[in-house]
Amino acid sequence: MNSYYDPEDLGRFGEIGKDAPELAGKFFDYYASVFAEGALSEREKALIALAVAHAVQCPYCIDAYTTGCLEKGSNQAEMTEAVHVAVAIRGGASLVHGVQMRKIAGKLSL
Amino acid sequence: MPRPFHETLAAHGRELRRGRPSTLQVNVGLLCNQTCKHCHLEAGPKRTELMSRATMEQVIGFAAAHRFHCIDITGGAPELNPDLGFLLERLAPLADRLMLRCNLTALDELAAGTRQELLGLCQRLRVALVASLPATNEAQTDAMRGDGVLGRSLATLRSLNALGYGKKESGLALDLVSNPSGAFLPPAQCQMEKRFRDELQRRWGVVFNHLYTFANVPLGRFRSWLERSGNLEPYLEKLAGAFNPATVDGLMCRSLLSVDWQGYLYDCDFNQACGLPMSGSRLHVSDLAGVPGEGVAVRTGDHCYACTAGSGFT
Repeated sequence: MNSYYDPEDLGRFGEIGKDAPELAGKFFDYYASVFAEGALSEREKALIALAVAHAVQCPYCIDAYTTGCLEKGSNQAEMTEAVHVAVAIRGGASLVHGVQMRKIAGKLSL
Repeated sequence: MPRPFHETLAAHGRELRRGRPSTLQVNVGLLCNQTCKHCHLEAGPKRTELMSRATMEQVIGFAAAHRFHCIDITGGAPELNPDLGFLLERLAPLADRLMLRCNLTALDELAAGTRQELLGLCQRLRVALVASLPATNEAQTDAMRGDGVLGRSLATLRSLNALGYGKKESGLALDLVSNPSGAFLPPAQCQMEKRFRDELQRRWGVVFNHLYTFANVPLGRFRSWLERSGNLEPYLEKLAGAFNPATVDGLMCRSLLSVDWQGYLYDCDFNQACGLPMSGSRLHVSDLAGVPGEGVAVRTGDHCYACTAGSGFT
């Protein structure tokens, strides 16, 4: 094994069901339902997935949903903005903890 | 690489044989004002191949002898063939539907009088226009088709709308074709059509009748790019992985006769691009006593996977 991440593993995702088929079946059925056209379009859901993939830093998901977004008709400007949404939330989540830091520091300071 | 297409057909218990042709597709030449990166025929401004009036007369004779439901004029940019008007005028009475594929920018390059005359002729003959527009954003469209193409295409669409094209009540059909801007599959047609309709109407006041989404065919200039960019094998695998046996009966090659600029016959425009003549020998439209090919096996190659991926290419 040259790397913990192998792009070919993405195509083997289904093998995860080998020793727990019932759980895998439920997960994949749920997954398919989540991404089906609903109140949100498949294209919008793929853009959300792309943003989340960056937030959780999953290379398999980034690979899958980059292609997925293109195949649902999104363009690179839209996809880049979606990534910025993930970045803003991640960055904001760190920064908002600064309030906690400032409260503690304030309490300890003269 | 995926297994040969004919083996995939056999594995699904399917055969690809020609039926009775209902569409005559006429390629009037490879000259084009654009050099689109996905063009399977490698059409462009430096190509000199153009159907002559003599060959057009042979095609017209053939179309008159064998009634086709649809006659589909393609290129290159057919607008750049100086005898296009002659061909349209003669073919219009010979089919229920006469289609002209245009790239939306070639019309700009004609002299004003010629352009007006051609558009007037299309209007009078009720020629259905089918225009390529890969995306509603500049980045994707211009990357595929050349700088400034989106803006020029929208200007032409607006002038076609002004003539009544794309407006339901006019009966003048204006359909759009969108190919993906790279080595990936096209979006679902109905979803993409809705998005195009909303965006073109909202942002530019443009209307059209139908949008068709098709996968890029791995031939010609697009195949060269796939090879150079290391995308050929993954793209072919993707197309083969999306093989849908339900598409086979409706494939256009079963009911289409494709005529090249010299008058020779192919099962489809893609076989024309890779030099696979119908029935394996070069048949000329002027040599035919009847409609050829019924029951004959369609010649196939790995490019056929583009027409059987997902919902298919009909």
